[in-house]
Amino acid sequence: MIRFILGKLAYVIPTFFGITLVAFGFVRVLPGDPVLLLAGERGLTAERYAMLLHQLGFDRPLWQQYLDYLWKLAHGDLGISLVTKKPVLTEFFALFPATVELGLCAIILATAIGIPLGVMAALKRGTMFDQITMGAALIGYSMPIFWWGLLLIIFFSGILGWTPVSGRISLMFYFDRVTGFMTIDALLSGQKGAFASALQHLILPSIVLATILMAVIARQSRSAMLEVLGEDYVRTARAKGMRPFRVVAVHALRNAMIPVITTIGLQVGTLMAGAILTETIFSWPGIGKAMVDSIGRRDYPAVQGGLLLIAGIVMVVNLAVDLLYGLINPRIRHGGGQ
Amino acid sequence: MKLTKLMSISTMALMAAGAVQAKTLVFCSEGSPEGFDPAPYTAGTTFDASSKAIYNRLVEFAPGTTNVQPALAESWDVSADGMEVTFKLRQGVKFHTTDFFTPTRDFNADDVIFSFTRQGDAANPWNQYIAGITYEYYSGMEMATVIKEIVKVDDYTVKFVLSRPEAPFLANMAMDFASILSKEYADSLEAAGTKENLNSAPIGTGPFQFVAYEKDAVIRYKANADYFGGKPAIDDLVFAITLDPAVRMQKLQAGECHVAPYPAPADLAVLKADPNLTVMEQAGLNVAYLAYNTSVAPFDNPDVRKALNMAIDKDAILDAVYQGTGQKAKNPIPPTMWSYNDAVVDDAYDPEAAKAALEAAGVKDLSMKVWAMPVQRPYMPNAQRAAELIQADFAKVGVAVEIVTYEWGEYLKKSSEKARDGAVILGWTGDNGDPDNFMGVLLGCAAATDGGSNRAQWCDADFDALIQKAKVTADQAERAKLYEEAQVIFKAKAPWATLGHSTVFMPMSTKVSGYVMDPLGSHSFAGVDIAE
Repeated sequence: MIRFILGKLAYVIPTFFGITLVAFGFVRVLPGDPVLLLAGERGLTAERYAMLLHQLGFDRPLWQQYLDYLWKLAHGDLGISLVTKKPVLTEFFALFPATVELGLCAIILATAIGIPLGVMAALKRGTMFDQITMGAALIGYSMPIFWWGLLLIIFFSGILGWTPVSGRISLMFYFDRVTGFMTIDALLSGQKGAFASALQHLILPSIVLATILMAVIARQSRSAMLEVLGEDYVRTARAKGMRPFRVVAVHALRNAMIPVITTIGLQVGTLMAGAILTETIFSWPGIGKAMVDSIGRRDYPAVQGGLLLIAGIVMVVNLAVDLLYGLINPRIRHGGGQ
Repeated sequence: MKLTKLMSISTMALMAAGAVQAKTLVFCSEGSPEGFDPAPYTAGTTFDASSKAIYNRLVEFAPGTTNVQPALAESWDVSADGMEVTFKLRQGVKFHTTDFFTPTRDFNADDVIFSFTRQGDAANPWNQYIAGITYEYYSGMEMATVIKEIVKVDDYTVKFVLSRPEAPFLANMAMDFASILSKEYADSLEAAGTKENLNSAPIGTGPFQFVAYEKDAVIRYKANADYFGGKPAIDDLVFAITLDPAVRMQKLQAGECHVAPYPAPADLAVLKADPNLTVMEQAGLNVAYLAYNTSVAPFDNPDVRKALNMAIDKDAILDAVYQGTGQKAKNPIPPTMWSYNDAVVDDAYDPEAAKAALEAAGVKDLSMKVWAMPVQRPYMPNAQRAAELIQADFAKVGVAVEIVTYEWGEYLKKSSEKARDGAVILGWTGDNGDPDNFMGVLLGCAAATDGGSNRAQWCDADFDALIQKAKVTADQAERAKLYEEAQVIFKAKAPWATLGHSTVFMPMSTKVSGYVMDPLGSHSFAGVDIAE
């Protein structure tokens, strides 16, 4: 097992360096630069432009800037945001809990609905239920998040008035942020109604963010389940006279879940991408929304720092899934199923 | 900073059972402030959250106008030669007392000197209180060259010695970058080694004091009970940051906020029909234009430019691009600005005459580029669409147009290159209500450089002489005459096709009273009340 873990880690380190290069290169490949945007319509004389570039250190050769960036990175310094003038790391971790909270809720929602739907669709293969479920999953998968979010807001918040339009908690509530997770902090605050308000604010954004993931999970669960149901051991279990529920729940489901767990792990990256749009629509103060802002303003340190941290987190999650997978399925950690 | 430490008394009162409910006004702001020190920034969103709520300036624009009125300065005196401006400061003005700072003295001349020298003097220890910080407005308004020296005459008198007479100086002093910060607070931050807090935990003299900012989500303020202009009618002011215009309007309709700026034109009909809302509107202090590159043939010929102007159907642009939220422009300044010359006659839309004029100027089979901005700006809702309409109009007079665009930063840079190929769609929103802020900045010879803001690269000796003279003339009536004359030359020489001025809309709950729209586009809540 240790060899397996070390083997996986050996991939992580070069990948991480690759990411630093991509994160550094990405913002610089984008046309425009922070100095130009600063001046707006007023324009800048060539001298002032050169002076500002110099002041920010962007006039140095790229390799020098990159080495400087790596050097600082090695010391845990992701730089100072050009816009807010605050350390990128501090800003990131101030916003990160909001994204995690939303992401976790979305994963729970997507799993809690996606898996049963997929399993049911597999069990009722070819029926109307199967077709409707898979049709809905296809629609969910293709849904433009922005449009879907607005639609839900207009219907549930605007017309029905059931849910708040946006934000993380009612503005009435105001308390110390301990963990950064609004639901937990609301509970800790002891203020009446705060927790309920935080939950209410989570409903629509979680649904929107969960939609694509739910569709992926449902489809994956269905196909994994179908595959497992055709296996010999399931047929044997059935032949032994085991109750159908037990066959599905104990024998089939457990094995079918292996690829599903992998899928969920791999979807963390997609979830981050979805979070960018979801956070923007719902004014959810997470890192997705902050990244959009930073890219728009060509805030180099904020973009490269944010990209690096997000990529790092996705990498860690994928690594954890790999390891978990190895744990569930011994054939993987012993180098394939030969 | 612990939020609990900052919890406002009024908010606590709100929480307490049976307490009198505090009056809280929620403003669904359109974006996050970049920081709370106005000087390093140029965005209106940042100014709304910082200078407008928290700070004051020596002089300020009277609400709803661009007229300069006393604020932290009770009065001022301009020397006969225009080289010295002396401000008499208001006495007894208190800086905010918060959980992170308690002032021991009132506002005085030291604060004024600190607020300006930190921007103008690179050697000042506060100039780079955060590494890499720049003062774009201070530089852009040429304060560095205009201000020669700032003299403390006594605790309540400050004299600005100028390097040249500068008529727009007072208007500049009313701009956000000229906000007055507390030197005592800065000293205390320096002593504590936390200089950067000047940008995150602000102390001012303004109508509201800062309570807390939860990044990208909420800014909380409470009313400044000691405000020299009188305590605001509301107790708490909350900015709920809401990026998407459609979501902002949903929040407004759902009662989650009381005021929400920048509605999408398509939402206006619904908002106006809502009995719980009122929609205020005002002509924006802006202009959208198509600037020819007058340094390149055949656009160096005014007859050609004029002919092309006659080919543009502005009514169609107004309908399709502004969708009823704008008006046609004929001058380089908006009609709400003093010195606007209404006697100027616009080039009438006449494709036949345009065709004939082009022929007369010896221009045949002309093909040109028209630059369309990639972003929506307050003065131009959809440059791409406008460019398409212009393309169709020019085609009718035999001019082939290729529409080009670049990423916004690139666009701004390339459009100001002297050798630029093509006419560029761009615009301007006024900074201080002074005509020089349009005509000098956008059409003056000094700005017709590589990288300058004169996108037409137009340098007309007669026009420039007039605006230069106006800039050093103290008397406003006299200045107005000079600018009126300059507008006549502008129309005759046609460096731009003036396209439109947009209208700004401000929807709000009917419970809100006392809100005054600012022609400069800022949002201020000092005089606002809200019904229970």
